[in-house]
Amino acid sequence: MKKLDLLITGVGGQGVVLASDIIGEAALAEGYDVKKTDTLGMAQRGGSVVSNLRIAEKVWSPLITEGEADILFAFEKLEAARWGYYLKPGGIAIINNHAQPPLAVSLGKTAYPTDTEVTAILKQRTDRVYFIDGTKLAQELGNVRTVNILMLGCLSHFLPLKLETWREVIARYLPEKLHTINMTAFDRGRKEVRDGHL
Amino acid sequence: MTTNPKNQRLLSGNEAFALGAYHAGVKVAAAYPGTPSTEIMETLAQFKDLHAEWATNEKVAMEVALGACYTGVRAMASMKHVGLNVASDPFLAAATTGVNGGLVIISADDPGIHSSQNEQDNRHYAKLAKIPVLEPGDSQEAYDLMGIAFDLSEKFDTPVMVRTTTRISHSKSAVKTSGKRPAEAKHPAFYYNVPKYVMLPVNARSQRPKIEKRLVELAEYAETSPLNQVSEGGKELGIITSGISYQYAREVFPKASILKLGMTYPLPRKLIKDFAGKVKRLIVIEELDPFLEENIKAMGITVSGKEIIPRIGELSARIVADAARNAGLLAGEPVKIAEVPGLPRRPPLLCPGCPHAAMFFTLSTIGQRAKLLEAKDNTPKEPEIIITGDIGCYTLAAYPPLNAMDTTACMGASIGQAVGMAKAGIGKKVVAVIGDSTFLHSGITGLVNAVYNQAKITIVILDNGTTAMTGHQEHPGTGFSAQGEAAPAVKLEDLVRGIGVKNVKIVDAFNMKLLRSAVKESLAADELSVIITRGTCAVRQPKKVNPRAIDAEICNACGACLRLGCPAIQKSGDKVSIDAVLCIGDACTVCQQICPKQAIAPLKKEMK
Repeated sequence: MKKLDLLITGVGGQGVVLASDIIGEAALAEGYDVKKTDTLGMAQRGGSVVSNLRIAEKVWSPLITEGEADILFAFEKLEAARWGYYLKPGGIAIINNHAQPPLAVSLGKTAYPTDTEVTAILKQRTDRVYFIDGTKLAQELGNVRTVNILMLGCLSHFLPLKLETWREVIARYLPEKLHTINMTAFDRGRKEVRDGHL
Repeated sequence: MTTNPKNQRLLSGNEAFALGAYHAGVKVAAAYPGTPSTEIMETLAQFKDLHAEWATNEKVAMEVALGACYTGVRAMASMKHVGLNVASDPFLAAATTGVNGGLVIISADDPGIHSSQNEQDNRHYAKLAKIPVLEPGDSQEAYDLMGIAFDLSEKFDTPVMVRTTTRISHSKSAVKTSGKRPAEAKHPAFYYNVPKYVMLPVNARSQRPKIEKRLVELAEYAETSPLNQVSEGGKELGIITSGISYQYAREVFPKASILKLGMTYPLPRKLIKDFAGKVKRLIVIEELDPFLEENIKAMGITVSGKEIIPRIGELSARIVADAARNAGLLAGEPVKIAEVPGLPRRPPLLCPGCPHAAMFFTLSTIGQRAKLLEAKDNTPKEPEIIITGDIGCYTLAAYPPLNAMDTTACMGASIGQAVGMAKAGIGKKVVAVIGDSTFLHSGITGLVNAVYNQAKITIVILDNGTTAMTGHQEHPGTGFSAQGEAAPAVKLEDLVRGIGVKNVKIVDAFNMKLLRSAVKESLAADELSVIITRGTCAVRQPKKVNPRAIDAEICNACGACLRLGCPAIQKSGDKVSIDAVLCIGDACTVCQQICPKQAIAPLKKEMK
């Protein structure tokens, strides 16, 4: 792997920063240089959250350049559309098929983009646009909060990192009582991609 | 925190600063929370073999650190850029007296204004105070710098400023933490030394030449300091840079010669002249002000900087590359990749169950502020009630639909501004709104002034029992210290009454009826009044039971609940609903109280 730029995005409270931390730690554990930078502070209050994660032999800037991200990893559809312009041509978009309408939409001031619109925006950059029913699958597992780990299971197919590294880092980042449900979620995410439900 | 084959850990800049200071033997550390500096103290406070405290404000933090260093131990204060404005008085005093044990001040600037009220380049403060400033370029350097900063402070008898930025503080990168905390920290002792520590004019005058001499010696040190490093590259282009800009420079110009300055004041004249002499063209790449550029130009060296590189906001590799293309330093046209237009924005919001929402809804409705929002023409509208605001989560009430804030300047300004408007004879009721932590930070002096000058204003103190905006830090009113020990809690109502306010009301932040009558009574009173609203921050609310639901049969979609701006209440088409996962339920119930149709009730099991 020469370099891998991942842009991870979602809504404050969805576990974007935790997911990004886990990927970064896993890459570091396998000897890569890693830099990452997240939205923190005021913007976390239910706002749009984005994490830049860069993995390579040597990383300089922690920020990904627009139009150069290898993977867009989005936990919410509107945020996928918003940050889609970061994708390099032919990059990969892995998107949780979940809509969280912002307040302006609820107040009737503006409309949430349709699935066709979201797809069209991303298709301007790449044909490799994959929707995963992450929130729905996590709900079926009994804990919607595991959606970030479930989505990591999907992502794990696209990164050259060992399975045991993923599991070790996830375990280190989560309290012990949540290990079983999150490992199940991770496996469910892996299965979703492996079985070709993309 | 984990290790890898190279024995590295992934640390944020702030974690690295804290660990570096810890390994450098810091004994006393003080701070006030402020993005992007907060995690420095949060990390330090986890260690038990030092004193780490949240001070009431940055000025106090600076004074605590200064006093501690006078006893010979190593001390530090950390704060965001505007915190140094608050602390600037003791900061310059420290520069005059010098130190005994090492004194390091971390200033965390916020280029791009991610979470601040302004953008400022605090390297100017180092020049103003005539002290050295160090700038790291990643977390490893943040860690390594701290030991050097303390050594420099002691060697040159000066406070040392470490200047970081959001992108350094909040980025994580690999760090090898080689150091170890010294087994025995220095034993504190204070020695009588009036000429050094008592800044009577006569003593301050005798310190002045020492400060100038110190600056000359520091500039000499800078010539050979390991902080300043040259990477030899091509001779066509030479770049002088510092901090995060170094990373962008390396990425955009892999072949250029680069002088990376880890110490950006005072500057090494000879090193820079030699570097300039080796390259055909010299540029400075730096964020915000042309600080390096102007100081280098003053040496008589030809250099370009801000005519190429933007002076507003954060830089990035893309911005530097585009600037270089525009200036002909790189081939090609600037890259045109733009955001997708027309997508709904998603600004930060008050949380579902936020204890501030009901008070702002009350002020918004009593003040008929929906009218301001719906005004179609651009002529200025006079609000019925003027609401001066302050710094915290509650500043978000300025957004629609609450639209309940008219001013926000800086920490504690709401009260002084309200007094000023009332004294100007505005003829409207003026309400100052301030949070508990902000009130303790710098609202108290404003209140003393309001009492003394008999201002007939209403002050609302929103007490959620924490410093919420920056991630729930303790403060003098919470009953806990930074290190998690029980501490005496300042009672806000006692404090307010003690200052001399007669009209004080304490109201449950979730009780609409009481909030409404308290606001109406206070506005009608012909005297200074204070309302303290009390309610647990939603993020820390332990009991999230019985989420509310809207009975679609009764609801006529009037939209009253939507005016709360609660993210849990959503409308699609004509149907208004409450997200049961987001709603905090029994602990709030504000939407239920304001629904004119009584269509909101606890979610029934069978509805789930």
